Amino acid sequence: MSEEDGRTILRMAGIVKQFPGVLALDHVDFDLCKGEVHVLVGENGAGKSTLIKIISGAYRKDEGEIELSGRPTEIHNPRHAQTLGIATVYQEFNLVPFLSVAENIFLGHQLRKEGPFRLLDKAGMRAEARRLLQSLSIDINPRTPVRELGVAQKQMVEIAKACSLEAKILIFDEPTATLSFKEIDRLFQIIGRLKADGIGIIYISHRLEEVFKVGDRITVMRNGRYIATRRPDEVSTAELVEMMIGRKIDEAFRFQERAIGQEVLRIDNLSGKRFRDVSLVVREGEIVGLAGLIGAGRTEVLRGIFAADKTASGTVYLRGRPHRPKDPRQSIRSRIALLPEDRKKHGLILCRSVEENISVASLPSFSRFGVLNKARIARKAKQLVANLDIKTPSLRQAVIFLSGGNQQKVIIARWLTAESDVILFDEPTRGIDVGAKQEVYRLMHELASAGKGVLVVSSEIPELLRTCDRIYVMHEGRIKAEFENRNLSSDKILHAAFGRAVS
Amino acid sequence: MSDQNESSMEAPEGEKSGFSRVGSLLMRLLREQTLVVIFIFVIIGMGISSPVFLTQRNLLNVVLQTSMVGIMACGMTMLILMADIDLSVGSVAAFSGIVAAKLQVQQGWSTLPAVLVALVSCFCLGIIVGVIVSKLGVHSFVATLGLLSVARGFALILSNANPISGLSRSFNYLGQGKIGAIPLPVLLMFGIFAVTWFFLTQTGFGRGLYAIGGNKEAARLSGIPVDRYRILVFGVCSTLAGLAGLILAGRVNSGQPIAMQGAELDVIASVIIGGTSLYGGRGGIGKTLIGSLILGILRNGMNLIGVTPYWQRVFIGVLIVVTVILDRIQHRHET
Repeated sequence: MSEEDGRTILRMAGIVKQFPGVLALDHVDFDLCKGEVHVLVGENGAGKSTLIKIISGAYRKDEGEIELSGRPTEIHNPRHAQTLGIATVYQEFNLVPFLSVAENIFLGHQLRKEGPFRLLDKAGMRAEARRLLQSLSIDINPRTPVRELGVAQKQMVEIAKACSLEAKILIFDEPTATLSFKEIDRLFQIIGRLKADGIGIIYISHRLEEVFKVGDRITVMRNGRYIATRRPDEVSTAELVEMMIGRKIDEAFRFQERAIGQEVLRIDNLSGKRFRDVSLVVREGEIVGLAGLIGAGRTEVLRGIFAADKTASGTVYLRGRPHRPKDPRQSIRSRIALLPEDRKKHGLILCRSVEENISVASLPSFSRFGVLNKARIARKAKQLVANLDIKTPSLRQAVIFLSGGNQQKVIIARWLTAESDVILFDEPTRGIDVGAKQEVYRLMHELASAGKGVLVVSSEIPELLRTCDRIYVMHEGRIKAEFENRNLSSDKILHAAFGRAVS
Repeated sequence: MSDQNESSMEAPEGEKSGFSRVGSLLMRLLREQTLVVIFIFVIIGMGISSPVFLTQRNLLNVVLQTSMVGIMACGMTMLILMADIDLSVGSVAAFSGIVAAKLQVQQGWSTLPAVLVALVSCFCLGIIVGVIVSKLGVHSFVATLGLLSVARGFALILSNANPISGLSRSFNYLGQGKIGAIPLPVLLMFGIFAVTWFFLTQTGFGRGLYAIGGNKEAARLSGIPVDRYRILVFGVCSTLAGLAGLILAGRVNSGQPIAMQGAELDVIASVIIGGTSLYGGRGGIGKTLIGSLILGILRNGMNLIGVTPYWQRVFIGVLIVVTVILDRIQHRHET
């Protein structure tokens, strides 16, 4: 498993990290070579983030040794890690929106002019920024204020920032979660560039297809322990997943056939700000998918159906009856539910309890003359927590402390409480680990079996292929294709998503 | 709420001596019920510092003096729970007193209609602010800053900048009446606190305020009529301010155009000391009651000891910041 010692730039042995009540890292070993991409995979809570935070100086290890380029080192804090040549590109960027690209790249280590006042050398920083960006083949003007950049471009600025610190170790934490296919390719090209420059890259991702594409070695962690390291050509996805969750899952498992019944949801020529003339149908027993590239308008369609945004024209039919809700409140009364794409920002009320988050969309149904029946609410919440297997110490726990998968289940529980008939899922498994994903798929299957209408937006085509009966594909605001999920391949979906005619 | 990240690092119960067991119980109490502990501490402190403090007469006096701020603090609590704020309560209170006094003294109205008109006009002012804030997207700080000026201006205009004295006995009853030994304003305060408590904990509307404060967009997407609730609560807050202003007018037998200047700061301080978060979504009315009593007791106690008003302001300012720091420490694991 190890390379020649001369090429090892980081070696960690026997790392232990203890938090009150939790052994986050249990004698973990890890090493990184020059010019390689070493991928870390594992469920949420496996210890990947903790290990990364120790490398980047955010946490101090309790036990174990760290060697940088063969020299035993202690990493005291993030700034110290920076001086040692370790840089991290986080999911939430550390950029200042109102400053320029150049100023952001040099944040914290600005170039200064000679002279008594040590004034900022803005021209020098711009020139150096331009040079850096060009060497990475990134085409961004260093004068641009960062807030004008798109998500992918911001990420590139972060990478340039790391390079300006002459990082020898670069850590990427879930870098592709919000990127389009093209942007992901760009990112991988840049990573290739960085590898050629001898930089060692640690890459964390939940997206296993990517991991095989970009990784030179893959290390699996589980429950704070190091499990194994493999090369991508000597392991299969199924084996990786098995190592990650500790038991076999049948990747090819499809839930049993469901009987297809009446129309539950139909939209006719619905048009809104980012989509035009969208028509689709969902029947009882079906799970219908909505595929497409980022920006194709899928989230906007769901929000339009739910009346979270205004729609310009078109009709929505619920079980055959036309329906024009003006706001989410009316949609909920008509038994439509929406699980938003960004569950932390739009879905959960983070500082409130599990019980409150479950009951919040159904308060009128629990009230008589405005007064709530708290006992009934508690009973319902308890029942749902048990049925959906939501892991929480109590109903009163603030949802911010739950894991991503359990948070998503709380939102599903909310809509079960509201007795929704049509459920719109927007990226339901984003940021959720493999075990919890299976549970969400199972819940979707149960909802469809119970005769509810299930419409799913997802950017992960394999996920759609595994769960849906039919898949619509959107491209630049319109429905481009509709496929039955029989002998359906990713290629057909991708072609349609890119707007190319389907043969 | 949650102690997930604050699990005990202390030795298991059986191994400790009696003394340290009491000690760790106190530490846990201090951490979880900080507010109540401070409250008891303040009362004990004041009791020791002045022999007069713990007399029935003085204690009733404290609560009476706190009652007007306390009533306004109920409305303010509901707004702050939604992450809004109302800087205009002092001005609206004065405006209310002037309107009722003017109607009674200069137009000869009897008490009930005069009081009702004053309250309704305060409600309307609140609704207007609510509409500006929710439909036009103006920050509540700015909108109520405007009302602060406008209401004070109206009060001065309507009264020609002079007090309007000579209220009827029924009007003065509002501020000076007693039922048994207990002053009417005190009963009103406790009554309004009780109603607000019930509203916030037992009704869908009340729980909806917590949701709006916790995450406005998530609340909207869960079907809570955010705009409608905000507008109504601004209306209620101004009406309660109007009520406090009428009580004050009853106490001093006149409408005073310059009354309650700066009262909004005491009202907001009561809510903050009580522990309701300015960011919304966390807090409660019981806490506000304790917060306003702590403030009232401190003022009264410091007067009894002979602390000058200037040093009083210093202490109260420090207290406000310290309580927020303690609150941040307690909830540091949340966003």
